[in-house]
Formats: sequence, C-alpha cells, structure tokens
Amino acid sequence: MAELALTTPTPKAPSRAAKRLRALASEPKVIIGGGFILVLIVIAIFAPFVAPKDPLEQDLMAGTLPPAWVEGADPGFLLGTDDLGRDVLSRLIFGTRIALIVAFVAAGLAALIGTLLGLMAGWYGGWADRLISRLVDIWMAFPPVLLSILLVAVFGSGVHSVIAAIVIIDWTRFCRVVRAETQAQAQMDYVTAARTIGFSRLKILFSEILPNVTPVLIALVSLEMGIAVIVEAILSFVGLSVSSDTPTWGGMIAEGRQIIYEGWWVLVAPLIALFATVLAFNQLGDGLRRALDPVMRR
Amino acid sequence: MLAVSILNRLLMAIATLFGVAVVVFVLLRVVPGDPIAMMISPGASPADIAALRAHYGLDASLTAQFGIWLKSVVAGDFGTSISLKRDVLSLLGERLPATLELALAALALAVLLGGAVAIVGTLSRRTVLEPVIDGLNGLFLAVPDFVWALALILVLGVLYPLFPLSGRIDPSSDPQFATPFYLFESLLTLRFSVFADVAAHMVMPVLALGLPLAAIIARVLKAALSEAMVQDYILLARLKGMSELRLVTQEALRNAVGPTIALTGVQFTFLIGGTVIVERIFSYPGIGNMAIDAVINRDLPLIQGLVLVFGALFILVNLAVDLLVAALNPRLAHG
Amino acid sequence: MTAPLLSISGLNAVSDRDGGAPILRDVSLTVARGEVRGLVGESGAGKSTIAKALLGILPRTVRVTAGTLAFEGRDLLKLPARELRDIMGSEISLIPQDPQTALNPGRRIEAQLTDGLRMKRGLSAREAHGRALSLLEEVHIREPERVLNSYPHELSGGMRQRVLIAAAFALEPKLVVADEPTTALDVTVQKQILRLIRGMQEAHGTGVIFVTHDLGVVAQICDTVTLLYSGKVIEEGRTADVLASPRHIYTRALIAAGPRYDRPDAGLTPVPAAVFEELRREIAAGGGR
Repeated sequence: MAELALTTPTPKAPSRAAKRLRALASEPKVIIGGGFILVLIVIAIFAPFVAPKDPLEQDLMAGTLPPAWVEGADPGFLLGTDDLGRDVLSRLIFGTRIALIVAFVAAGLAALIGTLLGLMAGWYGGWADRLISRLVDIWMAFPPVLLSILLVAVFGSGVHSVIAAIVIIDWTRFCRVVRAETQAQAQMDYVTAARTIGFSRLKILFSEILPNVTPVLIALVSLEMGIAVIVEAILSFVGLSVSSDTPTWGGMIAEGRQIIYEGWWVLVAPLIALFATVLAFNQLGDGLRRALDPVMRR
Repeated sequence: MLAVSILNRLLMAIATLFGVAVVVFVLLRVVPGDPIAMMISPGASPADIAALRAHYGLDASLTAQFGIWLKSVVAGDFGTSISLKRDVLSLLGERLPATLELALAALALAVLLGGAVAIVGTLSRRTVLEPVIDGLNGLFLAVPDFVWALALILVLGVLYPLFPLSGRIDPSSDPQFATPFYLFESLLTLRFSVFADVAAHMVMPVLALGLPLAAIIARVLKAALSEAMVQDYILLARLKGMSELRLVTQEALRNAVGPTIALTGVQFTFLIGGTVIVERIFSYPGIGNMAIDAVINRDLPLIQGLVLVFGALFILVNLAVDLLVAALNPRLAHG
Repeated sequence: MTAPLLSISGLNAVSDRDGGAPILRDVSLTVARGEVRGLVGESGAGKSTIAKALLGILPRTVRVTAGTLAFEGRDLLKLPARELRDIMGSEISLIPQDPQTALNPGRRIEAQLTDGLRMKRGLSAREAHGRALSLLEEVHIREPERVLNSYPHELSGGMRQRVLIAAAFALEPKLVVADEPTTALDVTVQKQILRLIRGMQEAHGTGVIFVTHDLGVVAQICDTVTLLYSGKVIEEGRTADVLASPRHIYTRALIAAGPRYDRPDAGLTPVPAAVFEELRREIAAGGGR
C-alpha cells in the first residue's frame, strides 16, 4: 500500500510578506524616502563619529561665523557657528538623535494605543464604540499644539514628556482610521466565513482583520513620524523640550530666530533639515500606501 | 429631517464641550506648579497665601471647584486671570477677533489657491504639466505652518523686507478702533490706509497658516475632480460640445466638493490650532499667543477659558462642515 | 437621389495596445436622411468602435489607418477640433447606454436638458424652459414641470432614459447615434423606449445609427441593418430582406440562434463552429489593410 503522506511537500509559493516586500522595492517614493530616513538613522547612531566637532563646545572667539562658502568663514565650520561659537553642522547632526528617537517612539506608541482602541471600537461596537468615539471627539476638540505645551508643562521637560505628550494627543488619529477600516473589513464575507467556522471574536480580530488593516496603518505611522518631528521642534522652539544643552533642531531654530539678522544660517540649516525629514517621511508613507494597498495599485 | 439632525448635532456638541471642560479642569488641578506660588511676593505669611488661595477658590474640593466654575461660566463669568489680573471673558473678547481674522483670511486663501491649483491640475491631466503640479504639491504638503512662518520671516522679513514681522498694526499709529475686528472695521469704514497697515501685518501669518491647507485642498480636490471626470455624464457633456474648462467647473466640480469639504473641515481645525505657534512667532496679539503664556504661568482660569473657546471653535467648525456637506448633496437635501 | 447623410467608406482601424491587431476591416456603410440603420454584432465586433469614431471619442489606443467618415460630405476624421465641437451635440447627438451614469447627479434635469439649447441655439432661459417642457411631453413624460425641477436620482431608470432621448433630439440633429439604449432597462420598458425612439425619429426626420447586439431590436425599429463580425461587414441591406432571406451563413445562423418564444420546446440552436471557420477564412482572405 502506497504511503500517503499527511502533508504533501509543495513548492513554496512566495509568501504574502515576500510579495509585499517586492512591491515595496519597486515603488520609487519608498526607496527615496526610506533611503533618506535610513541615512538619518545612521547619522544619528554614529553622530559622535560623523560630526566634525563637539556640539556643545563653545568658542566665543569664533562666534557667528558664516557657512564655509561665504566670505569671512572658517572652513573648519562647514555650516558656520552660532553666537556662542558652536558648530552648526555638528549640532545639526546631534539634533538628529532627538528628532528620530521622538519620531519612532512617539509614533510607535501612539499607533499601538490608537490601533488597539480603534480595533476594539470598530469590532465590538456597542458601548465600547460609543465610549471610545466620544473620547476621540472630546480629544480632538483640543488644539494639539496647546495641549502638547500644556502636557509638557505638566510633565516637566525631557524627551520622555515630549513623547508622552505626542502619544496622548495623536493616538486619536490612529484610532479613527483603524476604527473605520475595521468596520469596513468587518462587513466583508471572509469575516462571516470565519465566524461560521467557529473562530472566536478575538481570534478573528487579530488573525484576520488586523493584517488587512496593517497597510493603511503602516502608511499612517510614517506620516505620524513626520508630525512627531515637527511637534518636537515646536516644543523645543518654545523652550519646553529637552534641557538646553542637548542640541535639538527646534532649539537651534529658536536661537536662529533671535540672531536672524546676524546669522541667518543658524535658522536655515535646521529648517531645511526639518523640511527634508518631514518630506522623506511623507514620501515614504505615500509610497507605502501605494505599494501595500491592493486596491490603489491600479 | 434636517432640523432634527441639526438639533441632534447641537446636543452632541454641547456634550463634547462639557467633556472638554471636565478634562481640562481635572488636568490643571493635577498639575505640579502652583499658580499661587508664582504670584506671591517673598515674605508673605501663610495666612496671606491661604487668603489668596481662597480668593481664587483653589482651596475647595475638585468637584466643588468644578461646580462653582461651571455655574459661573453659564452665567457668563469666566473668572479673573491670575497672571494678567483681568477679567478672562474680556481678555478673550479682545483677542479672539484677531485670531478669527487670521483664520478666516487663511481659509479664504487656502480655498482660492487650493481650488485654482486643483482645477488647473485637472485640466492638465495627461500633459507634462500634471506631474510638475503633483510634485510641487507634494513638496508643499511637507511644510507645516511652523516651518512656513520661519521661512517667510527669512525671505520676506529679512532678505527682502516687504512686510512687518510682528504685531497687528504699526506701533506708532493710533487708529482708534471701535471694535477688535481691525481688518473688517477699517474696510467697512473705508479707512484704506489703516486697512493696508492691518493687512500688511497679516500677510505673513496668513500665508503661514493658509499654505499648508491650500496644499491639502489642492490634492484632495484634484483627486475628486479627476475621479468625476471619468464618469459617463462628463462624456455626454463633452459630446454636447462643452469646453474642457466648463466641464471641470460646471459639471465635475459640484460632485467633487462634497468629499473635499469634509476633509477640509478637519484640517481647518488644525489650522486654528496652528495659530498658537504662528501667533507666537509673529508676536500677533491673538488668543493663540496668549495661550502659550497662560500655560507657562499656570494661569488656570485663563487656560480654562482659552480651552473652552478653542473647543467651541472646533466644534462649531465641525458642525458647519456637517451641515454644509448635507446641504450640498442633492440626495440628502432634496431626496 | 440625394447624397447620403452619413457615408463611411473603407474604414480601417487597429489597436495599438494589441500590437496593431485590426479592429475594423474595410468597413463601409451609409445612412440616408431619416433612415434608421442597425449596427449589429457580438461583443468585440467593432460596432462600438464605429460609433465612437463617429462621435470623435475613440480611445487613444485605437488608430484609424484608412478610410473616410463623411458626414454631409465632410470627413469627420480630418476636421479641426473647433468644427467638430460645433457639429457634436448640434448635428450629431448620442443616446447613451446607461441612464444611471449618463446624467450628472448634481444638476437638475432642466439644466442638463437646456444646456445645448442655450449654448448652441442661443435661447434665453425662458425660451429654453418652454422648449424643454414640450420635449418632455414628446417623450410622454407626465408632469414635465416636476421632472424638470428634479435631480436624476429622483427619477426611475425608464424616465431617465426618456430624458436622455429628449436631450438627444433637443437641437434637431441630423443624425442620432443610439448606443444600445435599451440594454440597461427592464424588458417591460424596452419596447416602450424603442417605440419612442422610432416615433421621435419619424417626427423629426432624423437619421439614426442604432448599435445593438440584439436582432430582435433590429427587427422592431431598423429600416436597414449592417451586420458585423470581427470588424468586417458580413451582410447589409433592408432589414426585412436580410431577415427574410439572409445571404451569409453567419446571418442565417444568428437568426436561427434566436430563442423561439412561440415554440418553447424547440430549444436553442447555437451558431455552429463551421460558420466561425468560414468567417475566419473570409477575413483572412480579404481582411483589412
């Protein structure tokens, strides 16, 4: 009698993940945006080795020097110095650390909380949905900047309070989108099919619905990272972020604003860095959405 | 029925506002940082401190404080600002119009500019111009109001000084306004030189606030228009001999504004929130600027009043958007 | 013998998307003033392509390689855009297939009906309104005033199609292209609409090109018929003649394939494979350029 194997070895079809990765790699926005972010990550990690000078070192004799291509500059300070003689380029490089830490952690946590609540609201409905939706409505009635300033003032300055402030404010963004997406998915036939097979509601939520919500979610996380970077900059601009020693882009912008007539480059450099970073996150998010969403891929 | 849904939404709005009030009230009482401590002069006796605390009602229990505050708010009394030592309501009344003028001017700019770009973008579908417009739009979308404000200061304030960098009017002039609505009043009373002064001070903050919204409107409206343009009724209209411009503006536009308005409304509330930082950067005397100081000084009554005002504005905008969308959709309005 | 209203001769078109595959092979047909010509064929036969070429809305991927499309003596394929725009809607108009999507959901019926009258005939709002009312009466719509004031979603499918028919005849065009106008309608409504189109056509003396895949429809209202297969004209002539004594085996097979409602036990006779082989041979032999 022929042996009937219980599992027939089949040639491995490309997994869903592999197909997705290929789609990602072919989308230019993902490559450009993602590439830039990767470069930033590398710079942030290896900041002490990349930066030409110590960001905190003051040299009052070399104060307010223009960038290297302008007359009267010191080529040792590629992007010039601020009024305390600190190297703008090095401060910019070290500022990347705070920006990226805040971006990844804050966006990640906000996404986590918002997604969980959004899934619950969209899937279970009923009073859970009403409660959460009411909460979101109230939350969104606060001006975000004001609320973040308030929260940071409450928690005291420091990276952790900036992150906490962003998470507390922006979870609503994820909650809304995930809730809408969950509701839409819940109507679909594959969910009904899973129910009739007898899967528990929780299992369906995490093994069936969540994977289909993920593409939208990932794109949103990328956008949120851009927003987090901006919020951090605004908070340090207002003087509420980390201690004034650690260089941040927002802090540099505040300083630059003060000496705008004497040293415009102190303002321009972090501004451009901010813009480029947010643009990169935006493009990445756009590209991810396009590559991962089967409907949009027309 | 439209009337019933309006009533429904109003009730929800009031409930939300109530929730806002509760949240901020609780939040502030949990705050470390005693406003009284910031106000007292050194050497004040404990009795003085206690008296001051009682004067501001900060010695009662949380719920009692909330009840007292709620009662007075409903009666129109928002309390006295601890840091500015004036009636909160009159402070708000003085500064809210400045912010409203900025927000409305920014909205107008965003709608006109964004709308124009969307229409031009739709007309240039499948030409070389389209990817250029999309690309530029993408760049603009990445620039938040905060960055615009600073960039504008650099370019239009320092590099080519065209417009004033701060304030609402030329500090040396004294125009004797009757209302806090400087822009509208000077226009309506035909005092054009004053109007020009006020407007010049508004140019940069309005650009900073309005350009991000313009970029969003441009993108969303263009997408909606492009989708409408492939419908059959457009083909039929084209066969009637209509020009492309007329097709976009007369036929497609009315079906594209609905979804656009819904999104614009949400973004407009973000614009209003953005006045906090933009006013600060331009030293513009609106409620946004006042808010930052209020928070730093832990001025509880003022913060509460400000949050209520912002909250009410947001809720009103959402309400207006809901009604507008319903009114514009023939299925809902005439169905 | 007056010159025909529409004279298509030797029309050839290819699909750039399919590497130059022929879509129309040497198609010729004429439509006289006041004549209703049916354009019949299965899906992909090329009848929609001819209609689109007539209306100037060929997709970018389709290219005319030879032939002329003479409307009142002028070759539409060679006219500048401005002159084409003048002709469209005024001398040539369209009755579309799907009344659901052909009307702008955001505009009232009156606006959509009076567009052409005001744009091309310079009528005032009041004049156009009166004309619209009488047009709606012509298509047997009761309460024309209410319908004018309505939005498309408030009307039934049949009513919408009547409005579209009224719009097609509004400017007294010389030629109307009817693109399967009854396909999207209930069977009960189809007959009314067909009779309506015929009635309007006779009253206004309009020529009609009636695109359809249904021989039954052709029998009801077409004076003449052109039968297409794979872009090639297989047979043409007066409807009565073609249906009574078809010359080509394909025509015969098509007629035989129609369900016999009077003999329900007869079953269905599909077109035999041999017919398709013969067709393929003919096309290969004298196919398009």
